This record gives sequence, structure tokens and C-alpha cells, in this order.
Amino acid sequence: MSVDQHSHLKRLEAESIRIMREVAAEFSNPVMLYSIGKDSSVMLHLAMKAFYPSKPPFPVLHVDTTWKFREMIAFRDDIMQRLGLDMIVHVNQEGVAAGVTPFTHGSNYYTHVMKTEGLKQALDKYGFDAAFGGARRDEEKSRAKERIFSFRSANHTWDPKNQRPELWQLYNARVHKGESIRAFPLSNWTELDIWQYILAENIQIVPLYFAKRRPIVERGGMLIMVDDERMQLQPQEKVEERLVRFRTLGCYPLTGAVESSAATLPEIVREMLIARTSERQGRLIDHDESGSMEKKKKEGYF
Amino acid sequence: MNQVPVARESADFQRYIAEQERKSLLRFLTCGSVDDGKSTLIGRLLYETKMIFEDHFSALERDSRKHGTTGEEVDLALLLDGLEAEREQGITIDVAYRFFTTDKRKFIVADTPGHEQYTRNMATGASTSDLAVLLVDARHGIVTQTRRHAFIVSLLGIRHIVLAVNKIDLVDFDQARFAAIREAFQQLAADFGFASIVSIPLSARYGDNVAEVSPRTPWYHGPSLLDHLQRVDVGDDLARRPFRMCVQWVNRPDLNFRGFAGTVASGSLRPGDEIVVARSGTRSRVERIVTFDGDLDIAEAGTAVTLTLADEIDASRGDVFAKSDDRPEVIDQFAAHLVWMHEDPMLPGRPYLLKCGTRTVSAQVTEIRHKIDVNSFQHLAAKELRLNEVGEVHLGLSEAIAIEPYRQHRETGAFVLIDRFSNATVGAGMVTHGLRRATNVHWQAIDVTREARAQLKHQMAKVAWFTGLSGSGKSTIANIVEKKLHALGKHTFILDGDNVRHGLNRDLGFTDADRVENVRRVAEVARLMTDAGLIVLVSFISPFKAERQLARDLMAAGEFAEVFVDTPIETCEARDSKGLYAKARAGQIRNFTGIDSPYERPEAPEIHIRSNEEALEHAADRVVAWILGRDSADDWVI
Ligand SMILES: Nc1nc2c(ncn2[C@@H]2O[C@H](COP(=O)(O)OP(=O)(O)OP(=O)(O)O)[C@@H](O)[C@H]2O)c(=O)[nH]1
Ligand SMILES: [Mg+2]
Repeated sequence: MSVDQHSHLKRLEAESIRIMREVAAEFSNPVMLYSIGKDSSVMLHLAMKAFYPSKPPFPVLHVDTTWKFREMIAFRDDIMQRLGLDMIVHVNQEGVAAGVTPFTHGSNYYTHVMKTEGLKQALDKYGFDAAFGGARRDEEKSRAKERIFSFRSANHTWDPKNQRPELWQLYNARVHKGESIRAFPLSNWTELDIWQYILAENIQIVPLYFAKRRPIVERGGMLIMVDDERMQLQPQEKVEERLVRFRTLGCYPLTGAVESSAATLPEIVREMLIARTSERQGRLIDHDESGSMEKKKKEGYF
Repeated sequence: MNQVPVARESADFQRYIAEQERKSLLRFLTCGSVDDGKSTLIGRLLYETKMIFEDHFSALERDSRKHGTTGEEVDLALLLDGLEAEREQGITIDVAYRFFTTDKRKFIVADTPGHEQYTRNMATGASTSDLAVLLVDARHGIVTQTRRHAFIVSLLGIRHIVLAVNKIDLVDFDQARFAAIREAFQQLAADFGFASIVSIPLSARYGDNVAEVSPRTPWYHGPSLLDHLQRVDVGDDLARRPFRMCVQWVNRPDLNFRGFAGTVASGSLRPGDEIVVARSGTRSRVERIVTFDGDLDIAEAGTAVTLTLADEIDASRGDVFAKSDDRPEVIDQFAAHLVWMHEDPMLPGRPYLLKCGTRTVSAQVTEIRHKIDVNSFQHLAAKELRLNEVGEVHLGLSEAIAIEPYRQHRETGAFVLIDRFSNATVGAGMVTHGLRRATNVHWQAIDVTREARAQLKHQMAKVAWFTGLSGSGKSTIANIVEKKLHALGKHTFILDGDNVRHGLNRDLGFTDADRVENVRRVAEVARLMTDAGLIVLVSFISPFKAERQLARDLMAAGEFAEVFVDTPIETCEARDSKGLYAKARAGQIRNFTGIDSPYERPEAPEIHIRSNEEALEHAADRVVAWILGRDSADDWVI
């Protein structure tokens, strides 16, 4: 199945490519954040297109929390090697040294230290003045408010009440030293668009997205996969093999699976059509409090 | 890596995917005055088109209890008002983009704020829309904000309007009320050139005429809002317009490949076609239209491509490609509508950065023709444009670029202005027409050059720009410098603030706008004098960074030095040689720098004189050393 030149997906693709080229041309030191998820996979695919026959003129950064699914890490290393891209992996070593884990410190604090702080460390360390992120406006109500070029202060904070006007496709790329722009080339894609595009372009994604029998424990109403021996079970909990897949990927102790038998892309897309629950429900962090995404973004989370 | 194979798909599935792919897209916005029900309406549309997930709906019920404005019922506006501050205040602050689909179309809708303070965010949402749903509260009818939004929407070139007469439930579904508002709007919009205006009586809160025609308005015979949105034809004719492409990025993976990456803005292009670089007039032929998915036989509007050309031509980011039989004008002066978006007013003469297409140049407003009163649409005289004001202005650029009327070419006719220091996006503009004087008045080629004139005087023409508070010692030091230079046989001239104000700038006062113009004129005079080969000492308070930058930009690198005479205000005030501080303190002089008008300190002056710490003679020697191009004053003194 290939993409027709006048189709909806082609329009989205062209818009994303334009945004990426704009960033590459205007900034001196951009980077692409890569989370290994499906949106990142699409973003990477688009970057390969945008600069063809050149390679993307920027490195890829993965902020590793050390709690990602093992399959994600294997997939990441494989794809980077195959595409021949420069990858930087950053771990917040201070967080590791302090023993911060999703089990010991609660999802909010853990995410703040290992993801938000880790990301800031990496951005500061390499002096990146622009960072691509794969966020979409349809994911969450504060993301629906964000610009395509989203300004961050030298402390990486977002000021949602004072965003730069962004007219037409004239993106303001000017920042002072230390300040930066988060660029969101997938802003106008919906979850369904992402899946359809993966289908049409046969984009490789982590196998965790496809249904399979996996070792699952139920915790806080969520289906958590026991990915390694670090997952400690409560007395009343028991591990069961269940046929599940993931709609979104992150740290395994915080990412809920959904029961599903969709084992192929068409089946996933079909399942999407009848989905009545948004994908982010599968993430523990957003439940912590209402408006928590905006709060994290203000602090510098992606 | 083994991807799970794409299984054999059912015919149904194939058909479904193909349908999704073929659906057209409508981008629209909701606008209108505060509380007219814009967010509620979009919430209602999302609800009616079943785009709200279960977990989002339960979150909405929770939120409604906490922040809702609708008593016991769910407040659909909270689906849109996603920021904390918005929920607390019950208003929209920034634009939200939402997505929904029906059997017939896909939609991207921008929910924009009604509050006047956030007009820039409304304009942001409108700039990418093809249709506007303008809401009016049936109880209040057309208000100033309705007029402002209608006007901005028309300026931005949106041609299709839905006048949504909302809260019709609160006026008992009164037909006469609806008709009166519709009439009034048609009158006010008569000159806006909208291609279609469809008026619909609505209740966003209860859903009347939103998705389905309501039995409670039996007198209304038009379509429901959703019905209309699904059918309205906003077809653009980009494909039939002349070819344009702004070069974004030059693609050079190796010595054998040089491609120009960009998105086709309008028209189409085939391999073999002749193209011309608008700015230079250089021509070449398209060799290949390269994409990751293979070369294309034709590149149409909206396609992202990389072009390779038959010849090695000089082109780079910022250039506009066109076809040779229809090229854009290349000009450095033009007229435009400007919407001002910043708390600091726009001052004519102040240099800003202008981004148009992929090119960024220095620009200044040379004249405000008028500003436009959004209530009466009258043209008013103005010396500055304030936040949310709209004016028709003339702009001058530091260099000529390809620029065209916005109505004909969006991409080469739209621009934003960016503050050079804060980097804020401060204005958005739409070109109305080029100014002839730019195309016709060419610089006279002059044989006796400025270098030749300077050489005759055995000197390099330079500008030393003394800035500092009133009474800081600028003129005193400039005088010493001039005497020393004169003694060395150099040809000099001093432009002094006080003196110039008696003559050349007699018509200017001390408002910010006048200060900018004051400095601009002096900078231009200084520039002419250096053309004549002179060494120019300018002694001017020049409190604003932007204008000092303007002066600097007129000169070549190395020919301009900022001399910051840095004297604490207490010292200046204690000296008060002209008695001005006393008067300013007594309130007899307004806008006095350092008292009730700011002085922006230079960040990196070439010469920094702390007059409390350095002998004036020594300071003057340092300036002379710079002018003569010596390394340091001390070397020279010895
Ligand atoms: N009775 C009635 N109330 C309505 C209707 N539409 C909106 N409202 C109410 O009007 C109030 C304001 O609605 P919003 O949707 O927040 O208005 P808005 O136009 O988005 O406001 P801003 O974005 O702040 O400019 C809310 O309390 C709504 O419930 C309607 O059709 N009938
Ligand atoms: Mg609103």
C-alpha cells in the first residue's frame, strides 16, 4: 500500500518535512529526541525523507531512564545502526546514584529526575539550541495549545501564557544563548494518522505494539508487564500470561498494556477505529493530577 | 528485525483506508467576542462527532464540577481550555488545535480566544485557516470584538464565513433577533470581500443546529453547522497560480550532488522546465525532482522536493525560484497591513527583523499611512502602533527581496517582524503592493568613491558614536577628541544632540517615536558625511539599543564605534550643568532619560569610558587611537 501524492498523509508528510528543514537551516546545533516509540519512529522516517539523499544533519538523542522495555533498547540500537545515524544516549547518573526508581520514589518524582532532569542535562551538556520532539496536539489538552516552534527559557521552562505568535508557516527561530526551541513536526498528526502512515510506509516499530502473550501483573487497575527481575511483586499479586499489546511505550513499570489480539498493522488500525479510550490512559504519570502534563512541560518535560 | 507481516486485508478494510486517504481537509477557526461560546461550540462538535474518548469524558465531568461555568451540566468548553490559567479564569488564552473527522471530511479547528488582550493568538489561529466561524451572542449582537475579528479574518485572506448566532436558547429562539444580527453583519462585512457568508442560529450548549437542524428553530431553513462545514467548497487555486518555491536548505551530501530543498508554494514544475532565481535573475533548467521515494515527473503545490539544476548557479536559502515568464518583483520598499502584537509599540524608523518565506532581512517602517479603528473602520493618523492595533504602513528593507501582494501569493506576501533584541515576534504583515520608487530609483553609480574622498584627506572615514546620560560628559570628550584630531590634520565634524535639535530635527519632541526618528536622521547624516570622507563624532544621548544598532548597521564593519560615556546618574544630576535634572524632578520636563524614560546600557561598546575613574584626556586618547586604527592609546601616547 503506497501513499498517493494528493492524500491526507502526503499533506501531513510535506508539512513535517518543511518544519524539519526549517530547523536544520536556522539552528546551529539541533538534535532529534528519540523515544523509541511509534511517533519517534515516524519522525525518524520523515527525517530520512526530508534530507535525502543526505543523512539528517543532526544527531539523535535518547534519554535512557534505565527502565525501558528491553525490546525497546534492542530495537533502538538496531535501527540506529541500520540507518547509520549518530546517536547520543544520556542517563541521569546522579539519579541512578541516588537510587531513584519508579518503585521507590513514585512516578512523579521518578519521571522528573530520570526524564525531565536527564533531558535538561543532555541539552545543556551538548549545547543544543533546538530539539525535535514527536508530540502531537491530539494527545492531551495542553499539547493542543502548543506552537510548532515552542520557545524554552534558559532553564528549559515553557511559559504557556506567553507563547510567541506563530503565523502561517513563518517560524521564529531566534533564541539567545542558552535558550532553545522545541520543534514539533508531528503537531497536526492524530494517532490514527500515525498508524495509517506506519501501515502505508511499512515503518519498523517495536514489536511490543503487536499483541502477544506476555507476563502481566495487574497493579492500580493497569496491566504492567514484568520485563525483568527488578519488578518486585506484592504478596497478593501474581504474574499471568495474557494476550496484550501496548498503545504507547515508556518505562515498563509505568506503562499499561491493553488486552488485544491485534497482531498485525491492519488489525491495529482496525482496533483504533473502535477505540473509545485515548492512548495516554496507558501512562501512569498523567493520572497523578489533573493538569499534570502542563505542569511537567513547564518544568521542561517533553 | 522481523516486522510482523502485514496480513491479508479484507476488502472492507482496504476500502476504509482508501476513503480516509481521499478525504479532503478543512482548516477553520472559531472566533468572536469573549464568552460568546467558541470553546463550547467546538466541544459540542467534538462530542457530536464522537471524537471524545471515554477517559477524556470522565475527566471532563470531574473538571466541570471543579471549574465548570454551567452549574450541574458538563462544561464542554473545558475540553478546549487546556491550560491551568484558562480553567481558573474560565476564558481561553491561547489557541487550541483540535481534530475531528466525519464520513466526508477531516477537520483541523483552531479555537481562538475572544479576549482583546490575546488578539495575537486569534491571528495565529486564523493564519492557517480557510474558513472562520464567527460567533455572536444572540443577546448582545455585534460588538467591537466581532468587528475586530471579522476585520482580521478578512485581512488574513479568509474568504468563507459562518456567522454563528449563538445562545439562541437565551432569546427564546427568536427569529427576528436572528434576522437583525444577520442584517447588521452583512452590512458591516460588505467591503470585506468574503466569498460566502452563511448565518446559522445556534445553541452550542444544547446542540441546536450544530450537528442536526433543530425543531426549536422551525423558521430556519438552512443547513446545520456541521452539514455546512462538510460541504462548503473553499478550494484553493494554488495549482493554477504561477510557480513559486522558497529555497529552505541546500542539500550537499557530496561533491556530485547539489540540490535545493523546499516546498512548492504554488503552480507546478517538471524536469526540463526553465526556472529563474528571482533575486539575481539567474536562469537554469530543472534536471531532477528528487524525493526519498524516487524522482517525480511533476512537483505540484504543497509537495516537499529537492531540485537539482542543469547549471551551477548561485542560489541559497532565502532565494525564491519562479518561472521566467512570471517572476516576483524584487523590491526593498512596499506597503502592507501590519497587525502589532507586542506590548512595546511599533515605532517608525526602529529596525526590526523581517522574515518572509525563508528569508530574513532588516526592516523598518518608514511611514504609518494610517491606523484603522476596528469599530468604525475609519482611518486615523498615528505616530506608533500599539498592541493589537492594525495599520497600513510603508516598509523599507536593508536589501531588495522577492515580495508580492499577499492576495496573490500567500507565501511571498506574508511576513512577520521580530524584535532584534528580545527575539519576540512583534508583528505580522500582509503586503498590499510594492512601492514604485524602489524599483525605479536605482543608485547612481558614482565614480569618485567614498574611499577616494577619504584618501585625499589621508584618513579613514569613521563614526564614533558617543552615548550616555544627559550631563555624562559626551560633548566634553568629543570636543577634546576633535581638537586632537584637528591638530593631526584630520577632517572632522561633530553632530551634537542639542545643536541638531535646533535645526534638522526642530520638528521632533521627546516621545519614544520622536526619539527614534531623531536618531535615525542623525545616523543617516553621519553616514552621508562618512561618504564625504569625514570623521564624524556623534554626541547623542541615544538611549535605545535598537537605534544605536540602526546607526551601526548603516556603516561597514570597523567603521563604527559605540563610545559609552558611563557616568552614574547621581554624578550627572549633581553636575546638572543645564539645570535639566532639576526641571525633570520638578515635573517640568517629561520623558527625561534616566528619570522617567529608560536608558538602555550598551552591552559591548567598543570604548567604555567610566568618567568617574578615567581622566578625560586619557579617555579621549583612546577614542583617537580607535579612529586612527592604532592598537592602544598607550602605544600611541608613548
Ligand atoms: N445558554 C447558553 N449558554 C452558552 C451557549 N454557548 C456557550 N454558553 C455558555 O457561555 C459561557 C462561555 O462559553 P465559552 O465557550 O467558554 O466562551 P468562549 O467564546 O470560548 O470564551 P473565550 O474563549 O474566553 O473568548 C459558558 O458558560 C458556556 O456554557 C449557548 O448556546 N447557550
Ligand atoms: Mg474559548
